[in-house]
Amino acid sequence: MVKMILTGNESAAWGARLSRPKVVAAYPITPQTSIIETIADFIANGEMDARYIRVESEHSAMAACIAAQNTGVRTFTATSAHGLTLMHELLIWASGARLPIVMSVVNRAMAPPWSVWTDQMDSMAQRDTGWIQIYVENNQEVLDSIIMSYKIGEKHHILLPTMVMEDAFILSHTAETVDVPDQKVVDDFIGEYDPPFKLEPGNPEGYGSLIMPEGPYMEFRYMIAKAMDDVRNEIRKTVEEFAQVFGREYAPLVEEYKTEDADAIMVVLGTIGSTAKDVVDWMREKGKKVGLARVRYFRPFPYEEIRNLANKTDMLGIVDRSYTFGYGANLYTESKAALYGHSSVPVKNYVMGLGGRDIKPELIAKVFEDMLKIAKEGQVDREIEWVGLQGDERWSL
Amino acid sequence: MPIILPEDPTSIAREPSTENKTGGWRTFRPVINYEKCIRCYICWKFCPEPAIYFASPDKYPAPKEALKKFDTVEINYDYCKGCGICANECPTKAIDMVLEELEED
Repeated sequence: MVKMILTGNESAAWGARLSRPKVVAAYPITPQTSIIETIADFIANGEMDARYIRVESEHSAMAACIAAQNTGVRTFTATSAHGLTLMHELLIWASGARLPIVMSVVNRAMAPPWSVWTDQMDSMAQRDTGWIQIYVENNQEVLDSIIMSYKIGEKHHILLPTMVMEDAFILSHTAETVDVPDQKVVDDFIGEYDPPFKLEPGNPEGYGSLIMPEGPYMEFRYMIAKAMDDVRNEIRKTVEEFAQVFGREYAPLVEEYKTEDADAIMVVLGTIGSTAKDVVDWMREKGKKVGLARVRYFRPFPYEEIRNLANKTDMLGIVDRSYTFGYGANLYTESKAALYGHSSVPVKNYVMGLGGRDIKPELIAKVFEDMLKIAKEGQVDREIEWVGLQGDERWSL
Repeated sequence: MPIILPEDPTSIAREPSTENKTGGWRTFRPVINYEKCIRCYICWKFCPEPAIYFASPDKYPAPKEALKKFDTVEINYDYCKGCGICANECPTKAIDMVLEELEED
């Protein structure tokens, strides 16, 4: 193990390097580009035994990864925002083809207006593609999650691709100390890629061909649904094995911080979590009992963990850094769906930080105050609230 | 009864897609009138399947003696979906589209 000062994107490149993909196909896009630039350097310097395929779009990047992975090798790619949404068709192909590709996604807001800063609408829009989705909060977790994603996805009862989300700039371009594990330890941890099917000369097979309505199309979809459900237990097992080998502990699907006696719990994704943990400490110093839950895995959705949170508090505040036009943001609507019939605690959606707008600790403290008021009164004033709009005195700092 | 699931995790074809006989999709059947066919191969060029193949010169009659040295064409009804492009393009109107009848037992 070596300690290095790495940005989130360099951590992603190291996570990929240590997992030994044989093919990397990617197209540059801010703020992801430095991931694939770092990997291109690794390959050019002979530090990584992989083929780098330059392509004309992200759609082609995913197509190249799918084709390469179908020949029985690991692949890796990375993208952001418009690149990710351009991939949409092939994301569904990759999961349907049961190829455990791993991809770094640097969360960036969608245009217009153009923005390169963080916002999670890009990956939320890929919720239904059959990919495992993990949102991380620091650069160490970027690296570790990529390694674990290969291990989880490649299990023969799983065979699903994973996207590992990091917030643009807050992680992607910010350096911090990262433990980079030894290659041998990672090799032993994830093992050789052993796909149950692959294209080989002399053994002709066709993948993804036409299937009639009476054929097992519906059964194949059911098998993806089952595999995605099985991912939950595989995550729980893998983080334990990871802790034994690497000495770093991760909460499986949801990380909780001071939730045990909390009057209100804030539920977040990504880097908001690390800011909010500090705010929880401030609030607790003032005698205000609040807690935080950071959802790591959004797909598969941690419905049991969300129900457990509701059982130990009087109010859940769901923070989303994205929005679904028409009704609430994804973390909110899914959490509420999981709670229906299981809990009657008030739940409120706080929409914050779109287009990379800074989520300051003081703003999070205000949200906690609002949550405590709702916890006391026992009902929400409004279901969904946009926090920090210009001129809104309710949230001005 | 237990649910019956495929053995493979995704659809894996181990026989060529030519085993899938798509001719069954046809509503109208193109029929070549060899008394009118001048062996120009326009139908062969336009068939999108393709389900029109060359055949040896003497396999079918020809309207003129001079045409008998050229290959003729025939339709492979295993794959012809009956789109009618061949009939539409034929310069001598030598292809008729005939409604398929239900096969009686």
